[in-house]
Amino acid sequence: MSIKININGREQQLDVDPEMPLLWVLRDVLGLTGTKYGCGQALCGACTVHLDGQVVRSCVTPARRADGHSVTTIEGLAKNGDHPLQRAWVEQAVPQCGYCQAGQIMTAAALLAKKPKPTDAEIDQSLSGNLCRCGTYTRIRAAVRKAAGIDP
Amino acid sequence: MLLAALLLGGAPAAMMSCQPGHSQNGAANPSVQLPAVPPRELRSPDVFAVYSERAERSRALFSEAARVMLHPRCANCHPSGDTPLQREGGLHDPPVQRGAEDRGVVGMECTSCHQDQNLELARVPGAPNWHLAPRSMAWVGRSPDSICEQIKDPARNGGKSLAQIVDHSQHDALVAWGWAPGVEREPAPGSQAQFGALVAAWVESGAECPPPSAAPSEVR
Repeated sequence: MSIKININGREQQLDVDPEMPLLWVLRDVLGLTGTKYGCGQALCGACTVHLDGQVVRSCVTPARRADGHSVTTIEGLAKNGDHPLQRAWVEQAVPQCGYCQAGQIMTAAALLAKKPKPTDAEIDQSLSGNLCRCGTYTRIRAAVRKAAGIDP
Repeated sequence: MLLAALLLGGAPAAMMSCQPGHSQNGAANPSVQLPAVPPRELRSPDVFAVYSERAERSRALFSEAARVMLHPRCANCHPSGDTPLQREGGLHDPPVQRGAEDRGVVGMECTSCHQDQNLELARVPGAPNWHLAPRSMAWVGRSPDSICEQIKDPARNGGKSLAQIVDHSQHDALVAWGWAPGVEREPAPGSQAQFGALVAAWVESGAECPPPSAAPSEVR
């Protein structure tokens, strides 16, 4: 089945199984490996991307759901990798092993798009589905606050 | 019944001993006994002809339908708080929140993970329009009479007529998920067709509500 998805601003015509998880399309078909495979069960958030601006776990999202829609991955978040969150991430030295950060940043970007000045509770709620095995949660929160222009 | 009783942790002990047909506030006829039914099955509406009095029959029909409503597959997404439940009534993990539109908060929307069908390998349950029932439709911790009054009240039931309630019970795709919940989840008792027939018969018989403190119908 042929599926049409706008991925990071580019129309892509894909001949894939409609039930193939979107993550497989991104990583294996298109070579966009910034989005990570973690648990495969929508439990860890490493595979988070945006579907029409909404956070979805691409490991459980069938490709057919994205047919005719727009997907943004970490590669497409900002042209030069300089989204305010990406800059804050570096400044706060958030990444440790770094495996979860693409998903963390994509969720945080969706949050800031909807709530430019989130409270700490809102940051915690929105990011509660993104797990970090290095335990960098306090740094993640500080980076989100920095990107939002909220005083430390 | 056991599962419903567990969900109704704060319910009065009297609920546990309530028998169908036994007198509760003079509302039912103690001489009427419904036939036994296994826990995973529902009694069909015609069984309730044993109640010759219309209002009694209507109350008994609702109590039978309440066995479905209070089953975890249905009640888990009719929570009284802001967090859905899962499995046999435990808190949803990851810790999602209701959000302003009963569809989660940004970054943790229901459909961030749940799809339009169950995922067999990932074991994530799914159905079209996956979302929480609004707070006004909370069932967890409530007795059948309270749920009955709530379902009849357009201010709390989403502005539905009784005919629309019947249609929702019979045909809604998210309601249907209760009987096809995927691996490792016990389905609600009976089938959607049987549940819809009970709700229709309840409405046809006057949509009477069980007396306060009545329990869902006993299965034996």
